[in-house]
Amino acid sequence: MNPSAQKTLSVKTLQIDGKDVSAREDQTILDVARENGIFIPTLCNLDGLTPIGACRICLVEVKGARRLLPACITQVQDNMEVFTNSETLVKYRKMILELLFAERNHVCSVCVANGHCELQSMAQKLGVDHIRYPYLYPKLSVDASHDRFAADHNRCILCQRCVRVCDEIEGAHTWDTMGRGTSAQVITDLNQPWGTSETCTSCGKCVQVCPTGTLFEKGRASGEMTKREFLPYLTLMREERE
Amino acid sequence: MGKQIVIDPVTRIEGHSKITIFLDDKGEVQDAQFHVTQFRGFEKFAEGRPFTEMPALTARTCGICPVSHLMAAAKACDALMAVQIPRTAENLRRIMNLAQIVQSHALSFFHLSSPDLLLGMDSDPAKRNIFGVLAQQPQMARDGVALRKFGQQIIEMLGGKRIHPAWVVAGGVAEPLSAEKRDKIIAMIPDAMAIIQRTLDWYKTAFEQFRTEIRTFGNFPSMFMGLVTPHEEDEHNALLEHYDGVLRFIDASGNVVLDNVDPARYLDHIAEAVEPFSYLKSPYFKSLGYPNGIYRVGPLARLNIIDRPGTPKADQEWTEFRALRRGVILSSFHQHYARLVEILYGIEKIEQLLNEPNILSKHVRAFARPNKHEGVGVSEAPRGTLMHHYKIDENGLITWVNMIIATGHNNLAMNRGVAQVAKHYVKGSKLKEGALNRVEAVIRCFDPCLSCSTHALGQMPLRIELLGPGNELLDQVQRG
Repeated sequence: MNPSAQKTLSVKTLQIDGKDVSAREDQTILDVARENGIFIPTLCNLDGLTPIGACRICLVEVKGARRLLPACITQVQDNMEVFTNSETLVKYRKMILELLFAERNHVCSVCVANGHCELQSMAQKLGVDHIRYPYLYPKLSVDASHDRFAADHNRCILCQRCVRVCDEIEGAHTWDTMGRGTSAQVITDLNQPWGTSETCTSCGKCVQVCPTGTLFEKGRASGEMTKREFLPYLTLMREERE
Repeated sequence: MGKQIVIDPVTRIEGHSKITIFLDDKGEVQDAQFHVTQFRGFEKFAEGRPFTEMPALTARTCGICPVSHLMAAAKACDALMAVQIPRTAENLRRIMNLAQIVQSHALSFFHLSSPDLLLGMDSDPAKRNIFGVLAQQPQMARDGVALRKFGQQIIEMLGGKRIHPAWVVAGGVAEPLSAEKRDKIIAMIPDAMAIIQRTLDWYKTAFEQFRTEIRTFGNFPSMFMGLVTPHEEDEHNALLEHYDGVLRFIDASGNVVLDNVDPARYLDHIAEAVEPFSYLKSPYFKSLGYPNGIYRVGPLARLNIIDRPGTPKADQEWTEFRALRRGVILSSFHQHYARLVEILYGIEKIEQLLNEPNILSKHVRAFARPNKHEGVGVSEAPRGTLMHHYKIDENGLITWVNMIIATGHNNLAMNRGVAQVAKHYVKGSKLKEGALNRVEAVIRCFDPCLSCSTHALGQMPLRIELLGPGNELLDQVQRG
């Protein structure tokens, strides 16, 4: 960080779960919680990508606020009182996860990401042992037109990590989102088969950041799609170059 | 209009089914039908999935024999990739497949059928189960559990878990075998061997008392089919083969009808008929037509079609087994005996394979894109020949699937077996418990796996209904 920027940032003090903490004014509740070893679950958030509050799993209670706020995009304020683990939050977080499972066709047992899936491990961590909502069973296809990778929309949770990494890190902006609500879907270029995309550089960053088995390397069998954590190093090196 | 007896569901088998027995006006059994009442739909919902997912996906057809499906599916995928998988990978797959056969045969013999064999077909149904066996012959029940454990532990050591291991993949296996695990498995072999030899010794003295059952339990002439080792140079040297090899068909007199058939060409010789009374299709031998083209697969068929098993101890036992009668063994009751011989073979063969020089090689997987649009994988499941046949599009997504499961091949034979037993044991309009049990026991001889064979849903207690000429209920027996 350059020194001039540091000057203009003031320090805020707040409470998270009764603990007094201090933060820079540009920090989010999530940043501060993590710095202080307080766990807030996240799914769409990924270090190195702009947070967008898409998945709502990081919702927290803030005293005085009329609604629950996503910790990943809510900036700290002086004298804020934040609660990260109330009964209401636990209930809603489980609900959000269950809705994610009900919305598409998540079949862990045969999934390439089985055992390495952030949705699966978050469900385990938050104690989701059954889904109370009726499954929608949408008919979604697998796009296997790309030479090396495939996209199985049955497993997508619309976290938009692929969209962000392609735009912010690779600079190609091949991925984007189309449609609204449950019919929203990530697309390549102008909603054409991935293999026909002119902009895709086949770098594979989208595959590496995908939290589920939606984007995967072809040829991988069930449970074989492991991910590399390349993003923190990449961002660090870029920051140093600047 | 004659009467009908319905057994629903059939117990101590794997899956859900019922039996209808038709009586004529005189109260004599005219015919019987074996209905498989569950429907799964695997062939349909696999469409559109990447072919590399097929081993894991189709393994879910069954919790008892997932390994068998893994084998056939992975082989079909190898065919789609058009690769020759590394020798070590093939041998490791063989070991897992044999371990599966040992554990499944042990389940069939000890857990499902030994209550009939040890306690008697007419014994008290409340005690005629594995716990009854445990009370009367604790050693036998323990042996059954230990032998299943032997098979399941090998599967776990190789594949990381006992049920649905993800280790068998398109192109080979996911992980090589470690020296430590190999030595552990080898150390387990003497105990398993002692159990099977003890069981064979007991069975050979025990089965004599089932003379009537042997005569009437699916004892009829039919063709037999199965895989044997390729033997083009020497037609009298077809050995027992469970993983690969070629198809051989023999007739009821033991004459080889078709030999050295490339399993990929199964459709040249087998067609499938659909009957309205069952979700299970009835495959038949094409040139004899339906329903004359009845053939049997499984342990009995395998021991009937080979020239010898190919391991020293099993060769001896096989010779004794085949001496039961001149020619091929026709009674399905002898499936129990055949299973024991195959367990012995499996244990011997696993030991042989583990001592192969390259078994610890790290090269256990071939990588390739899909190079063919169609692939067939055939292997021997515990119950018989298992066929997976896939077609894919240019991106490797499944467009069409055909699975013929061992139990399917046996469908016509099971129907005929049920009719034969019913004709012998069911008399008049009152159902006797022992007769009911025998009608089920003939099905148990085939050790059918119905969940697999319909790859398609269902429930498991048992009901027999005896219906009069006007379809009125004369008698009913229910359990479970």
